[in-house]
Amino acid sequence: MSEKNTKQPLTRWVEFFNGAKAIFPLEVGAIPFGIIFGALAVTSGLSPAGTMSMSLFVFAGASQFIAAGLIASGTGIFLIIATTFIVNLRHVLYSATLAPYVKNLPQKWLIPLGFWLTDEAFVVTIQRYQEKDTSPHKHWFFFGAAIFMYINWAAFTFVGIKAGQSIKDPASWGLDFAMIVTFIGMLIPMIKSKSIILAVVSAAVSSVLFNNLPYQMGLFLAAIIGITAGVIGQSIWPSAQEDETNE
Amino acid sequence: MNEFLLIFGMALVTFIIRYPVLAFLSKMNLPEKYLSGLKFVPPTVLTAIIIPQLLFDKDKLDISFQNPQLIAGVLAALIAWKSKNLLLTIVLGMGIYLGLRWILAI
Repeated sequence: MSEKNTKQPLTRWVEFFNGAKAIFPLEVGAIPFGIIFGALAVTSGLSPAGTMSMSLFVFAGASQFIAAGLIASGTGIFLIIATTFIVNLRHVLYSATLAPYVKNLPQKWLIPLGFWLTDEAFVVTIQRYQEKDTSPHKHWFFFGAAIFMYINWAAFTFVGIKAGQSIKDPASWGLDFAMIVTFIGMLIPMIKSKSIILAVVSAAVSSVLFNNLPYQMGLFLAAIIGITAGVIGQSIWPSAQEDETNE
Repeated sequence: MNEFLLIFGMALVTFIIRYPVLAFLSKMNLPEKYLSGLKFVPPTVLTAIIIPQLLFDKDKLDISFQNPQLIAGVLAALIAWKSKNLLLTIVLGMGIYLGLRWILAI
């Protein structure tokens, strides 16, 4: 192990650009989602400025989508905000996962990194943190990934706002499926040990059983059950027998 | 509708979810058991997002060849597994999905 670490550590900007590169495919997957959000939000009755502000200040795709739907159905502000909270609750798990790796970072880093913690930025960043090398600049990887995801989301929301004024029923085109295909592409390479298989299968079954719970609470519950199953699996199959190496 | 209030509220609750846990837990020494459990977060959250989108059509379970999400999802998983190429998975998976929708609509 010490052999590998004798290499020169990567510089800040190399980490930054590696992060930007790693998130690129996920940005491609998010493009249709951003466009549809922009189009859907303006056709739901949110003003173009409000739609743009939502992408810039909330920056949480799934909840923005649901908010647009609720606005269209005439739901009150308080209920939309409460729904946003529940839909985004899964991000607590992301923060809890990243926390041990950002121990030594000052607040001026933690605040923007917390704000930019999307599904996509989390997945590429946690993979970087879990690599064995001891680079002191891995948060620059996070920064590079997160800022390009943010710019991408804002830019394609803007395209969607412009398009929304001319296309009807943007959600019916099926383009939102790009997000799911992206997540499938991220998930498959992560499945590389027996305990992860157990965790994933448990989460899958639970997500079906709890699908009728409101506001995506089923998602959160299924993740918790999957994590618990994974931890149990780990005690059944000690890590020495598991193939966890990042080759 | 007061859009300023709406967006301010949504931004606030989202930030409250993302940031405080990151800030406080990063200042604590966490037990090994906790840390080893966290590696299950990414795969389980992604699974819990993906599976209902593939199997349900407007809250109705649909496991059949008439369900384009399911077929395209399974094929995308195979492509991801064989190719290990994310961009290829996205482009082919979307192509298959839109193609299936087009065929099923005929």
